[in-house]
Amino acid sequence: MNTSWSRFNVSSVIFGFAFLYLPILLLVIFSFNESKLVTVWGGFSTKWYASLFKNQGLMDAAWVTIRVALLSATMATVLGTLGALALTRYTRFRGRILFSGMIYAPLVMPEVITGLSLLLLFVAVGFDRGFWTVTLAHTTLTMCFVAVVVQSRLITFDRSLEEAAMDLGATPFKTFLYITLPVILPAVISGWMLAFTLSLDDLVIASFTSGPGATTLPMKIYSQVRLGVTPEINAVCTLMIAFVAVGVILTALLNRRREVQRVQDEQAALRG
Amino acid sequence: MNRLFLAVFNRLTIGVPYLWLIIFFLVPFAIVFKISLSETAIQMPPYNPVFDGVDTAEKLKSLSIANYTFLTEDPLYYRSYLSSISTAGIATFLALLIGFPLAYGMARAPSTLRPTLLMLVILPFWTSFLIRVYAWIGILKPEGLLNQLLIGLNIIDTPLQIMNTYYAVYIGIVYSYLPFMVLPIYSALEKMDYSLIEAAQDLGCTPTKAFWKITFPLAMPGIIAGCFLVFIPATGEFVIPDLLGGSSTLMIGKTLWNEFFSNRDWPVSSAVAVILLMLLVIPIMLFQNAQAKAQEAGK
Amino acid sequence: MKSLGNIRRSFAPWTDPAAKPYIAIENVTKVFGDFTAVDDLSLHIFQREFFALLGASGCGKSTLLRMLAGFENPTKGKISLDGQDMAGIPPYKRPVNMMFQSYALFPHMSVENNIAFGLKQDGMAKSEIDDRVQSMLKLVKLDTFGKRKPHQLSGGQRQRVALARSIAKRPKVLLLDEPLGALDKKLREETQFELMDLQMELGLTFVVVTHDQEDAMTMADRIAILDKGRVMQVATPADVYEAPNSRFVADFIGNVSTFEGKVEKSGGGKLEISANDGFAINADTNETYEKGSSIWFAIRPEKLKLSKKKPTQSGTNAMEGEIWDIAYLGDMTVFHVKLPGDKVIKISQMNASRAVDEPLGWDDKVWVSFAPDAGILLKG
Repeated sequence: MNTSWSRFNVSSVIFGFAFLYLPILLLVIFSFNESKLVTVWGGFSTKWYASLFKNQGLMDAAWVTIRVALLSATMATVLGTLGALALTRYTRFRGRILFSGMIYAPLVMPEVITGLSLLLLFVAVGFDRGFWTVTLAHTTLTMCFVAVVVQSRLITFDRSLEEAAMDLGATPFKTFLYITLPVILPAVISGWMLAFTLSLDDLVIASFTSGPGATTLPMKIYSQVRLGVTPEINAVCTLMIAFVAVGVILTALLNRRREVQRVQDEQAALRG
Repeated sequence: MNRLFLAVFNRLTIGVPYLWLIIFFLVPFAIVFKISLSETAIQMPPYNPVFDGVDTAEKLKSLSIANYTFLTEDPLYYRSYLSSISTAGIATFLALLIGFPLAYGMARAPSTLRPTLLMLVILPFWTSFLIRVYAWIGILKPEGLLNQLLIGLNIIDTPLQIMNTYYAVYIGIVYSYLPFMVLPIYSALEKMDYSLIEAAQDLGCTPTKAFWKITFPLAMPGIIAGCFLVFIPATGEFVIPDLLGGSSTLMIGKTLWNEFFSNRDWPVSSAVAVILLMLLVIPIMLFQNAQAKAQEAGK
Repeated sequence: MKSLGNIRRSFAPWTDPAAKPYIAIENVTKVFGDFTAVDDLSLHIFQREFFALLGASGCGKSTLLRMLAGFENPTKGKISLDGQDMAGIPPYKRPVNMMFQSYALFPHMSVENNIAFGLKQDGMAKSEIDDRVQSMLKLVKLDTFGKRKPHQLSGGQRQRVALARSIAKRPKVLLLDEPLGALDKKLREETQFELMDLQMELGLTFVVVTHDQEDAMTMADRIAILDKGRVMQVATPADVYEAPNSRFVADFIGNVSTFEGKVEKSGGGKLEISANDGFAINADTNETYEKGSSIWFAIRPEKLKLSKKKPTQSGTNAMEGEIWDIAYLGDMTVFHVKLPGDKVIKISQMNASRAVDEPLGWDDKVWVSFAPDAGILLKG
């Protein structure tokens, strides 16, 4: 579209972003609150960050959450990439409609339903609830998001690259390993990051499918929120936001750098 | 030799995720359905299993839809379903009102600015959902920041009661799901060729008319996708009505949670889930349809 | 004996009945659903030929090329390379290589690694690979570009890398899919001759798919013109232009004016036609035609002459008309002349001198004339 940015447009963008970021900003500010209240400013202090690290319950929960997220994101990326390949490469196989339905449905399914159903599965087979059930549940939920991300990249992937590789003597497996995978890697990595964040953040499914000893951070935050809040919660939240924000911003900057470099290269090539 | 390997590789690519989804997605639904037909019991697990291989024929007779009839007797349930649908619907509409101008503004921005804007919209999504909802508690409370601001500016005298009302739930849903509404609309608008608007104006349309006759219809696939992506999950939303809505708001996600964790009545929760699923099946299928069509068009 | 076309060809293995074709396409049919892309097609291509598959979009030429490469399998029929049946042999096991229309350069690999890719698949020793890659780069004049990535190259440079990569393995047959499609006019002309020189130097067999007549006419030893999955004619460029075997081919290549008519008198090396709109045409031919049968007379625009006065030489065909339209192209001028009966034909004249004494203009009355051996007789 054209680049005429009218005043209405600018103000709607500003309003939209203000709406999105203001609550987060306030949260971060009040994590440095001196007083115990979350809404009345009592002065600047970092004491809540200090007490945070002494809170064993929170630290344990954080550790569990990170392990679950790492494991489930990796499994989900493998499964989701395979699923995306299956959907884009094989146009006819038995049960394709069912398969594509199962891939897209968790994207919109209310989490209470998915959580409940997975819990009942684990109970029915006698699987003790704990670290592994949460991980399996998260893998199932997030693999669908990975599949959608990878699929949208595969659709625009130039198949003639694979044909060229095979024409030059590479078997289909080698073609996948040396040509397809490296080219779609950025999408696969985005998928991993998406799966990681979704797992890190999930409350409902974790509540249903987790067990003793495997309390996740969102579960802990939620239970404390119900009891009563102190700025310690704000501090945890701020740290989580900072952690993710740094990751996303770094990735975006790296991409920008690569893109700028690429445009420069192309222009240099045109000049000879 | 290579042939065999190829055939196995193909089978695995489809088979592995397929199998996984059948085990962890399809089978659980079947179990939910089965349990919704069984009796509640004070035991662990808290239900009498209907199918366990023994006397299946006998047990089949004892299948009861008692749980379902129970749901129809207590008005709590159908009021929850109705209120969930209406709340999600209103919130979806509000999200559209806020999300569309935002997406439109982003699509019209200078192209060097757009990737940054896109990243800014996606960033809150990567931060914790729970955290963002929690942030709103501090703002919407009677002694919260919003009321402090309004009273401080002398716009109102007594604090507004927003927490524990449906308004808080609307705000919460719109806030949390806004990126889901903005991204599809932005992507549809960005693909639009601006010279279409110029052509319309050249042929005599005012800017406003050009918007309604050209821009809006072309953005429609994005609008529809965005609405589905907000409405369907919002209907079964739990965290937002629980933290922001309090006891005076009825949403089926909360009802299901209470039924399960507080009443420990697994069969009834299952029945609630099944009915919710049936209500959502049509929107879900419509969404799948729209996705499939968009894929074809993309090719 | 006169020969068609104004150059002499010494390389013509297709005229030798004992020569064995290197590529034998036998009664090949390819069906996609209910669409027949290639219909019972047979072709023989000989070693060291520069062979062109020419046709409009949808004629089946790309499908045929892909079947040669192994990306599609014929629904019916047989394809053999050097006597070996290619049925069931996947692309990575065939002795052919392909240069793709989109170049298909691997974006994550440097130019050197792109060229080396096929050699690595064969398990060649590293030092050999390096040598071969360097010689390929020299061949396509990209000596210093080895370490660059595809996005750091211009369109013409990418085309050369694609070419180098496809001949690096020294395949017996090279398939080229619209190789000049993305190049601008100047570059295209240069590259046409470069490809021809390369092919002769390396002694390879080239099969080129193109929709551009000029490419095919300039580069190919023989052209196969395809329409709707069938071969209409296979011949040298001169034969295709001066002796097309059907109205389709005559129309497809270059410009042509056609007269439809009936045979009046035939025999003794001569033929008289009474064409529609009342023209009488005398043609030289060794064949005899049945009196009263339908016939078409086709003639190329450069074989027609224009004059203000009626030509008097006996045997010359002459018609009167008026100049309807003029296209001045610099090196030549194309006149559209309207004949009685409202038929418009094209006559082209080279502008051999810079100035003319009596220029022709719109609405001038002129005589169009042509020799009896200047046209082509077609039955359909």
